[in-house]
Amino acid sequence: MTAALALGDDALVLSHRLGEWAGHAPVLEEEVALANIALDLLGQARILLSLAGDEDELAYLREERAFRNVQLVEQPNGDFAHTIARQLYFSVHQHGLYEQLAAGNGEFAGLAAKAVKEVAYHRDHAEQWTLRLGDGTAESHARMQHGVDALWRYTGELFQPVEGVDVDWQALHSRWLDSLTTVLERATLTVPTGPQTGAWTAGAGRQGIHTEPFGRMVAEMQHLHRSHPGASW
Amino acid sequence: MVTWTPLEEELRSLAGSVPDPELPVLTLEELGVLRGVEVLAPGHVTVRLTPTYTGCPAIETMSTDIERVLYDHGMTEVSVVTVLSPAWSTDDISAEGRRKLAEFGIAPPRPHDAATASAGAGPVPVALSVRCPHCGSTDTELLSRFSSTACKALRRCVACREPFDHFKEL
Repeated sequence: MTAALALGDDALVLSHRLGEWAGHAPVLEEEVALANIALDLLGQARILLSLAGDEDELAYLREERAFRNVQLVEQPNGDFAHTIARQLYFSVHQHGLYEQLAAGNGEFAGLAAKAVKEVAYHRDHAEQWTLRLGDGTAESHARMQHGVDALWRYTGELFQPVEGVDVDWQALHSRWLDSLTTVLERATLTVPTGPQTGAWTAGAGRQGIHTEPFGRMVAEMQHLHRSHPGASW
Repeated sequence: MVTWTPLEEELRSLAGSVPDPELPVLTLEELGVLRGVEVLAPGHVTVRLTPTYTGCPAIETMSTDIERVLYDHGMTEVSVVTVLSPAWSTDDISAEGRRKLAEFGIAPPRPHDAATASAGAGPVPVALSVRCPHCGSTDTELLSRFSSTACKALRRCVACREPFDHFKEL
């Protein structure tokens, strides 16, 4: 069940982060877009977590250290460019991952075949915004480059093999890097050259080691359910 | 080829006539989300339903509405199960469904070009331009890839200047 938890937590946590944009996005269309992406991810999370146990218990009653998501998805939203950089890194990865899973016949094939079509839109959204911000004004270019640079150290963990997820991780990584390079160069941005994992934090979300902002996110996500068990509407 | 009993045919057409909760101009049959109806024992029926998007919140209302219709028809035990495979596609929307969408002011999804999709030309298939459901012009532009629901994109007609929803291809 490690696999379903890992993939399910990635989707759940990113969904929650994107939901935080509600009421704060720069334009109404983006508010709607980010909420729609969050909804797709939440749907994937519900199916994946249900494979691992009770979805509500897993989402609302686990402690921080029991979550198995990569550290990339728990990173705070930052400004809009920062969120787009996170979306770009994650959606290009998730698209490649689901493509491989959909082509196999493992337990995730059905979900992956369905979700890969949704994620194609998430990826397109992130790529179009990367081009627009990177090749935009001096200000948008600087902010986009900053987002891409700041999150780079969390990308290595995306390709750390997960037990039970039967894909070619090396191929996934090299294809991700190719796609990323193409988009960033077209956007007049520089592909970061530093290590894809940081010595002190990155690369252990799958083992339950998370970055400092994650605890507060979990507290907010679980607050209502813990205060009012079984609440519904 | 699955064979249906006359009762199953009848129950299927009842379940299929339930309107989509978010797009009430379409029935579930026209939307193409109904995957099967099986009578397991007298009065006991199982309906298989597939979601349009994995996170589509309408699926719960669809299930409740199907249950209500079948209970009203004398069934004593109705269970609606969700199936993911094969994945739903906008190609599953019937011709009549597409016509109704356009009439309702929503540009229907374009059919997938099988050749383009299998060649892996890009993550999102690009085909013919989307026609404005108000004036019929093909000169329309994308405002946002995401709109009022997960399944729609927001576009604007360059000719008549009206914004409109487009049921995007999946």
